[in-house]
Amino acid sequence: MSSNTLLAAAAILPFLGSVLAGALPSRARNVAAALAGLVTLTSLGCILALTPQLAGGSSVVHAIDWLPSLGVRFVLRLDGLAWLFSVLVLAIGALVVLYARYYMSPADPVPRLFAYFLAFVGAMLGIILSGNLIQLVLFWELTSIVSFLLIGYWYDNAAARDGARMSLTITAAGGLCLLVGTILIGRIVGSYDLETVLASGDTIRNSSLYLPALVLVLAGALTKSAQFPFHIWLPRAMAAPTPISAYLHSATMVKAGIFLMIRLWPVLAGTDAWYWIVGTIGMATMLIGSWSAIFQHDLKGLLAYSTISHLGLITLLLGLDSPLAVVAAIFHTVNHATFKASLFMAVGIIDHETGTRDMRRLSGLWRAMPYTATLAMVAAAAMAGVPLLNGFLSKEMFLSEAVDNMGDHPIHLALPVLATLASAFTMLYSLRFIRQTFFGRPPHDLPEEPHEPVRWMRIPIEMLVLTCIAIGLVPNLTIGPALGRAVRAVLGDATPPYSLAIWHGFNAPLAMSVVAMGGGIALYVLFGRRINTNPRGGPWLMDRLDGGWLFERSMTGLTKGARALELWFGAERLQPQLRILFLAALLSALAAGVARGLDLFAPGRLTAFDPAFALMWLVGAACAVGAAERAKYHRLSAVIFAGGAGLVSSLTFLWLSAPDLAVTQILVEIVTTVLLLLGLRWLPKRDEAIPAPASEKARARRRRIIDFCIASFAGLGLAGFAYAVMTRPASDGIARWFVEEAYPQAGGRNVVNVLLVDFRAFDTLGEISVLGVVGLTVFALLRRFRPAPDSLERPKQQHHHDAYDRAREGRKPGDTAADALLVPRVVMTWLFPFIVLLSLHLFLRGHDLPGGGFAAGIALTIAFILQYMACGARWVEERLRIQPISWIGLGLLIAVLAGAASWAFGRPFLTAYFAYWELPLIGKVPAASALVFDLGIMVLVVGASALMLVALAHQSLRRTRSAEAEAERTGEEAA
Amino acid sequence: MEIVLAAGIGVFAASGVWLMLRPRTFQVVLGLSLLSYAVNLFIFSMGRLTVGAPPVLGKGAEVVSVDDPVPQALVLTALVIGFALTALFLVVLLAARGVTGNDHVDGREPHHAEPTPENPHP
Repeated sequence: MSSNTLLAAAAILPFLGSVLAGALPSRARNVAAALAGLVTLTSLGCILALTPQLAGGSSVVHAIDWLPSLGVRFVLRLDGLAWLFSVLVLAIGALVVLYARYYMSPADPVPRLFAYFLAFVGAMLGIILSGNLIQLVLFWELTSIVSFLLIGYWYDNAAARDGARMSLTITAAGGLCLLVGTILIGRIVGSYDLETVLASGDTIRNSSLYLPALVLVLAGALTKSAQFPFHIWLPRAMAAPTPISAYLHSATMVKAGIFLMIRLWPVLAGTDAWYWIVGTIGMATMLIGSWSAIFQHDLKGLLAYSTISHLGLITLLLGLDSPLAVVAAIFHTVNHATFKASLFMAVGIIDHETGTRDMRRLSGLWRAMPYTATLAMVAAAAMAGVPLLNGFLSKEMFLSEAVDNMGDHPIHLALPVLATLASAFTMLYSLRFIRQTFFGRPPHDLPEEPHEPVRWMRIPIEMLVLTCIAIGLVPNLTIGPALGRAVRAVLGDATPPYSLAIWHGFNAPLAMSVVAMGGGIALYVLFGRRINTNPRGGPWLMDRLDGGWLFERSMTGLTKGARALELWFGAERLQPQLRILFLAALLSALAAGVARGLDLFAPGRLTAFDPAFALMWLVGAACAVGAAERAKYHRLSAVIFAGGAGLVSSLTFLWLSAPDLAVTQILVEIVTTVLLLLGLRWLPKRDEAIPAPASEKARARRRRIIDFCIASFAGLGLAGFAYAVMTRPASDGIARWFVEEAYPQAGGRNVVNVLLVDFRAFDTLGEISVLGVVGLTVFALLRRFRPAPDSLERPKQQHHHDAYDRAREGRKPGDTAADALLVPRVVMTWLFPFIVLLSLHLFLRGHDLPGGGFAAGIALTIAFILQYMACGARWVEERLRIQPISWIGLGLLIAVLAGAASWAFGRPFLTAYFAYWELPLIGKVPAASALVFDLGIMVLVVGASALMLVALAHQSLRRTRSAEAEAERTGEEAA
Repeated sequence: MEIVLAAGIGVFAASGVWLMLRPRTFQVVLGLSLLSYAVNLFIFSMGRLTVGAPPVLGKGAEVVSVDDPVPQALVLTALVIGFALTALFLVVLLAARGVTGNDHVDGREPHHAEPTPENPHP
C-alpha cells in the first residue's frame, strides 16, 4: 500500500468504525469491543508501517483539494511529533478498549460508548495529523463535542450531565477563540498550510496581530488542557465511565491542548508575551493542581487534580522558551500518559471490585489484591518521580530547566523554589494515595468484598506499567528514537543535544529532587492525619479559586444578559417590529441617497402626458386610500377598493405595452377577490366593547401619527425613486439580446413568454414549485382549521332569509337563499365551456401572442370556481371531479420531464427544442418543447389555485357537516 | 405619464405600509396586497415607460424597438406568487383567529387582562 493510502486509512477508519458501532444493537458488547479494538489496532498498524519514511526528519504528506477557492486543502501530515502522539493515542486507545470491555456492565449500552470512543479517536487523530490549521480547528471542535457525549454517557446521572455541559462550554468556547486566532495567523502568513505557517515564525512574531493571535490560540489550548482558571471542568468530567476518564485525561483530550502548543511552539514562542502568559499560567496550574490533589478523598478526584498539575508542569516547560524545555515537555507528555492511564485504570478496578473510591473508607487493599496494588504503586511512584521510573527522568529534566532558566532578576528565583514545592506536593499525594488505599488496617465494611479483577482487565495496566519501567530503565532503547524524531519535527536544526541518562552526577536538579521527595514524605508524616480527616474534603485556601460557582455564576450572568438583550432589542410584537423594519429601510435608503447625491428631478426623457391616464390613476389612488381607510371595520368595501386598485394597475400594464401582465393581473385580481371574500366569513365582527383607557387612546393616537408619517415617507420615497429612474435614459441592458434572440433561438414571438418558458425556464420551475408548495401548505393548514366559536353560527343574513321564508305561505326555509342571483347563476353555469376555451386559447397562443401558461391556468381556475360560486360545492363535486393535489404533482412532473427530455439529446437541463408543424385544418402550430413546459406551468397553476380556493370554500361545508352530525347525535340522545 | 405613475406607486405603497402597521390581521393582509401592487409597478417601471410597443414581435419576427421584456417577465411570476402568498396569509390569519379567538396580529388583545384559571376568557 502506498504511504498516502496508509495515512488516509489511519485517519478514516475510526470514523467508519464509529458509524458501524453506532449501528450495533445495544447489547452487542463483545462485537462492539472487538470492532473498536480492531479499528484502533489497524490504525496503529498503519501509523507504525509509516515509521521508516520519517527517517531523517522528513514527513509524509497527503493533500486533497478541499476549498480550492479559499486556498484550503485537506492535508494529512505525519511527522515525528504527529507519529509520537498518534501512537500514544492509538496504543493507549487499544488498551482502553480492552479495559472497557471488562469494566462496563452488560446492562450499559456499550456499543454507544464505543461509537463515541472511536469518533473521539478519529477526531484526535484528525487534530494530530492535520496539515492545515482550519482542518485542525475543525477536528478540535469535534473532540469537544464527542467528549461531551463521552462524559455525559451515563446521562441519567445529573453529575455526568453537568460535567459534560461544563466541559463542552469551556472547551468549545476555547475552540471558537482558537478558530479566530487561527484565522489571524492565516491572515498574517497568507496561508493556512501548516508547513507554510511553521516556516513563517519571524513574520508571525513581528506582526502587529501577533498578540491577539497568540492570546486567542492560547485561549483554545489552555482551556482544552485544563489550565488555571479553566481547569474546573476536568474534575467534574470524572463523572464519565473510568475507561473514558483514563483515556481523555491521560493521552488524548487534555493533551490536544499540549499538542497544539508544541506544534505552534516554533512560531509562537520566543517572545516575552509567550513567556509570561504560558509560564505563569503553567506555574499557577501546577501549584494549584498539586495542592488541591493533596486534599481529595475521592481517588478519581485525586487523579484529576494530579492531571491538572502535570499539565501545568508541561505548560510551564513550554513557556520557558528553551529548546531543552520543549524536549522535557514532549518527554513528560509521554510519561504522564502512561502512568496516568494505568493509575486511572487501577482506580477503576478498585472502584469496580470494592464499590467505593473514597480513601477514607478504603484501606489495606494490598492483602486482597496484591497484584493490582503492586501495579498501582509502581505507577504512583512514577507519578511521584521516583528514580528508575519514567516520571523521574522527565522530572529531572524539568528541575534542571527550572534552574537553567532562572535569569538574573530575583523574581526568577521563584521558579526553582516553586518547582521543588510542586514536586514535594506530588510526592505527598502519591504517598497518601498508596498509604491510604493499600496499607493500614484490613478492609472492612466496603460495599463489596475486594478481590483481584479478571485477568484481562489487568493486562492493560501491566503493559502500561511495564512501559513506565522500561522507559525509566533504558530510555535510549525505548523512547529514544521516537522522542528524537518528535523533537526534531518541532525544533528542526535548533534541536539541542540532550541526554536521557538516568545518572547525571550530583547536581542541582538531583538535590532539588531529593529535597522534594524528603519534603513530601515529611509533610505526609506531619500532616497526613489532618489531611485524611479533613471533613470538608476540599483543599484549604482553595474555595474561591476552584469554583464551579464561578462557572455557574458566569453562566447565570450570560443567561440574564441574553434575556435583557432580548427584552431591549427583541420585539415580541409585530407592530413595533414592522415599524423598526420600515424605519430602518427608509433611513438606509435616505442615507444612501444623500451620500451619493441623488438628484430625483434631473431633467430626462418623458412620455407624453395623457389626461385619461391621470384620471384613471386618480381613481386608482382613491381606491388604495379607500381600502386603507375601510379595512378595519368595513372589510367588504375594502376588498372592493383593493380590487379597484388592482384593476387600475392591470390597465396601467395594458397602457404601457405589457399585455401579458395586464391579462395575468386581471385574472389574478379575480381569484384574489374571490379568495378574500371566502375568507371574510371567518373573521370576527366589530367589537365595540374592546375597552381602552384614556391614556391608551392618547398613545394609540400618537402611534397612528407616527405610522402615518412612516407610510407617507415610504410612499414619497418609492415615488421619488420610481420617478428618478423612469426619467433617466435606459441603459442598454440585456433586454436587447432577449428581443433579438427570442425568435431565432426559441421560436417565439412573445418575448415575455419566451423568457419565462425558455431563457429563464429554470427560474420559472422554481417559482411554480413554490406555488405548489404554498398550495399544499394552505390545504394542510385548512385541514386542521378550527374556526372561532362566534364564526360557527349561521350568518345573520341567512337567519333573515329563513325568517322571511317562514313568514310566507308556500315557502320553506332556504328557498330565498336558493333563489338568490338566479339569472347570473344560469349565466355563470353556461359560461363554463367558454372560459375553458378561452383558457386553451390563452395557452396555445402564449408563445407568440400575449397569454401563456400562467394566465391560462388562472383562467381555467376561474372557470371551476365560477361553478362553485353559482351552484355550490356539493352540486359541482357531484358532477365534476377535480383533484387539485394530483394536478399539482402532474404539472410539476410535466415541467420537469419537459426539461429532462433535453438530456436524451445530450443537452443541458431545460434546453428547448422548437419547430413549426403544419396540421390539417388548424394550420401551422408551434411545436416547441417549451410548450410542454408551459403546459406543466398551466396544470400546476390550476392545481394550486383551485386547491386553495376549494379548500377554503369547503370550510363552510365542513361546519354544516359537523352541525348535522351534532344534530343527529342530539336527536339520538333525545330518542 | 412618469409623474402620474410615480405618484400612483407612492400612494399604493403608502396605503400598503399604513395597513401593514395596523393591528388587525386582515388589515395586514390587505396591506401586503397593496404593497405588492406598488412593488410590481415599481419593478415594471424600471424598464421605462413605452406606449404601444409591447414586446411581441410581428408576423415576420422582425426586431423592432419594444418595451423591455425583462421586468415584465419578473413581474409576471411575481403576480402569481403574490396571489399564492395572499392565500397563505389569509389562511394563516384564519387559523390564528381560530386558535387565539381574536384577530390581533399578536394573537392577543393588548389591553385585555391575561387569561387566568378563574377567568379563562377575560
